[in-house]
Amino acid sequence: MNLNATLFAQLVVFLILAWFTMKFVWPPIMKALDERAGKIADGLAAADKAKTDLAHAEKKAGEELRKARESAAEFRSGAERQVAQLIEEARVEGARIVAAAREAAETEAASASQRAKEALREQVAALAVAGAERILRKEINAQVHAELLTQLKSEL
Amino acid sequence: MAAQGPNASEYIVHHLTHLKSAKQTALVDWSVFHLDTLFWSVSLGLVAILILARAASKATSGVPGRFQAAVEILVEMVESQSKSIVHGDRSFIAPLALTVFVWIFFMNAMDLLPLDLVPNIWAAIFGAAGHDPHHAYMRVVPTADLNATLGMSLGVLILCLYYSVKIKGFGGWMHELFTAPFGSHPVLYPINFAMQLIEFVAKTVSHGMRLFGNMYAGELIFMLIALMGAAWAGTAGSGLLWIGGVLAGAIWAIFHILIITLQAFIFMMLTLVYIGQAHESH
Repeated sequence: MNLNATLFAQLVVFLILAWFTMKFVWPPIMKALDERAGKIADGLAAADKAKTDLAHAEKKAGEELRKARESAAEFRSGAERQVAQLIEEARVEGARIVAAAREAAETEAASASQRAKEALREQVAALAVAGAERILRKEINAQVHAELLTQLKSEL
Repeated sequence: MAAQGPNASEYIVHHLTHLKSAKQTALVDWSVFHLDTLFWSVSLGLVAILILARAASKATSGVPGRFQAAVEILVEMVESQSKSIVHGDRSFIAPLALTVFVWIFFMNAMDLLPLDLVPNIWAAIFGAAGHDPHHAYMRVVPTADLNATLGMSLGVLILCLYYSVKIKGFGGWMHELFTAPFGSHPVLYPINFAMQLIEFVAKTVSHGMRLFGNMYAGELIFMLIALMGAAWAGTAGSGLLWIGGVLAGAIWAIFHILIITLQAFIFMMLTLVYIGQAHESH
């Protein structure tokens, strides 16, 4: 092998190429790589955060559900209580109304029969007076004998 | 080919002769250039950095395409290697290692082109230009030229010296040159210094020679395989040689994919190791 000036030319080319790479090739590629690494790290962190957020939200939702169930049960039992109370009240009211009606009817019936009795008495008294009048003809004066007739009426 | 073409030794010598700026007689002659080595190494260097620059200019921090991802894998590999070896400012060293790896890989990969393809094209051009095509020399693998590999390892040596002075200061480096590896004693100063010199020379020469040797030997084996394949035409009834040439060529080329990558990687790693050593005090 012969050694000659090619050696130095190669040396210079070598250094120029390395300089070019340092200046124009290496920095943008490393920058892209570092940026991507940063993005991936951010993404992973965001994913982690989202996971914990999700767990948190699930827990919260479970709690809300439990609360809703509890209040629904409460409402239901309250409503049942109210319904029972209303039914009870209605029953009492109904009983009261029935009793009042019955009482009114009985009173009415009693007074009606009393009135009928009175009327009957009047008519019987009148009939008796008329009958006696017919029998006695002018012998008996209604005014004179009114006391007698009233006595008689009360005895009927 | 054997009948009318060159014989085996002429074929190999022709393939191992560089396209030179002048005829070189002495072993070392600083006035001569290997034009083919320069052309291919500069061209491949440009291809390499333009590919990288293209990836760099389109680099996004979003979802990368396949091309960008491939370049990124390479960059990340170099970055992690340089990080583990060199402790200090790597803003030049890591890009240097990337350049070394990609450039040497491309230069080595020229070995995988059909052996006679580029030389024959060159011979046609050379002949068309009115020269003797038999003297159209063209070697396409720059790393199989000792000048190229030693040039690069010399560059690494210069960077080592530069970083030694930069990190340790000139005084600190001088102190290390005379006190390491054996210790600080006036009697040991010359021995230490001699050892350090030997270390620098050995590092640089072996660094360049390793790559050169691998690529040169690989190229030579491709030539021998090509000769074996070509021999069938001249030998009666031995088509087996042609099949053997195809088989051996395929096997060696497949194996060579490993070698070119490995040698590029080794050169890059040694570059990092040597520069890393310049960063560390003994």
